[in-house]
Amino acid sequence: MKTIYSSAREAVAPIEDGMTLMVGGFGLVGIPEQLILALVEKGVKDLTIISNNCGIDEWGLGLLLKEKQIKKMIASYVGENKEFERQALSGELEVELTPQGTLAEKIRAGGAGIPAFFTPAGVGTQIAEGKEIREFNGKEYVLEESLTADFSLVRALKADTFGNLIYNKTAMNFNPMMAAAGKVTIGEAEEIVEAGELDPACIHTPSIYVQGLLQAEQEKRIERLTTR
Amino acid sequence: MATANSRELIARRAEKEIADGDYVNLGIGMPTLVANYISPEKTVVLQSENGLLGIGPYPTEDEVDPDLINAGKETVTASTGAAYFNSAESFAMIRGGHIDVAILGGMEVSEKGDLANWMIPGKVIKGMGGAMDLVHGAKKIIVIMDHVSKKGEPKIKKTCDLPLTGKGVVDKIITERGLIEVTPQGLVLKEVFEGYTVQDILDATDADLTIDVRE
Repeated sequence: MKTIYSSAREAVAPIEDGMTLMVGGFGLVGIPEQLILALVEKGVKDLTIISNNCGIDEWGLGLLLKEKQIKKMIASYVGENKEFERQALSGELEVELTPQGTLAEKIRAGGAGIPAFFTPAGVGTQIAEGKEIREFNGKEYVLEESLTADFSLVRALKADTFGNLIYNKTAMNFNPMMAAAGKVTIGEAEEIVEAGELDPACIHTPSIYVQGLLQAEQEKRIERLTTR
Repeated sequence: MATANSRELIARRAEKEIADGDYVNLGIGMPTLVANYISPEKTVVLQSENGLLGIGPYPTEDEVDPDLINAGKETVTASTGAAYFNSAESFAMIRGGHIDVAILGGMEVSEKGDLANWMIPGKVIKGMGGAMDLVHGAKKIIVIMDHVSKKGEPKIKKTCDLPLTGKGVVDKIITERGLIEVTPQGLVLKEVFEGYTVQDILDATDADLTIDVRE
């Protein structure tokens, strides 16, 4: 049985200034909405955030940016956010842009006990500057180091009381790898059921990676509503 | 700047590069348009790097699911036979050489097949997203873009001036003017589209071109 927090505020209580956090999501899809709001409320600062994107001005990680709680951002695409642009250009915010597949693999490797790996992505570009390049079978690869975090905040559709998680559709994205790469992982789930109610064959994140759970409703804001 | 007509022409020509049974990744922007022209005679599975194999049409208003988007963050549907997976798996498919064709936009392409499409120094940096991974993994990399920049300057150059997305990665370039193949011997002009001559293309291209146009 895992800790089930009664509020998002309680869940983020151990998160301190200067910590490194992984936050799941692609755009606004699959972000742990209430845990992010609780971080804003707590006012914790100098955070290093590892996440594919940085939300939008009014939602998701954009809210942490607005309150200047982020010191460093490790992401692959941050084009949706005016405040991000302002802070990055003024030098207030440190930014490490990483190819999306490299970012996913850095997190996967971090959770899997692999300190570094070679990938072709970025060879011959400024991303590879200062990094070791090695040739395998006639092709060049760049050495990339893995990532771990003090806390990983992930968003699931369903959790059981053991901490097993199931994600919904493309809200899965970075969440499973982040769950494994956090020293402490908090799963924010739309629904928490009793252990045994989820089909073991359908679990995306096995309970071993999850330390705490929060049941929370999600607004699920849509960035680009596109219909037929 | 490409007009709506030239964008359609480019997208329709790019579609011919896709074979029945192919798994295809379409980049954001003009490449996404290619999906509109995929022949009903072909079974093509579109991959979205945020974790979907089998992008379906845009949803009706009733079908909209906020948890189901493409890599451009647009709401989509999943096609018959689709699969969801995490981002590491998604890029394993990409880097592992399992994607048959990737169609990307471009700012500049060099005569060695270098591609620049992610940043302009001095302008706001948005990030490369999945482009740097995609250019190394897919079996065939096709760049579709306007032949010249908004200022009328050639985008196909001897060497790229902009920061690279990948070195020696492009197989074919399709513009509103023609189709160019990247070969070990350099760039080869293979097709000239209606309304343009070989000379028009040579004039608008900074890189050396070998002409091998099938009549």
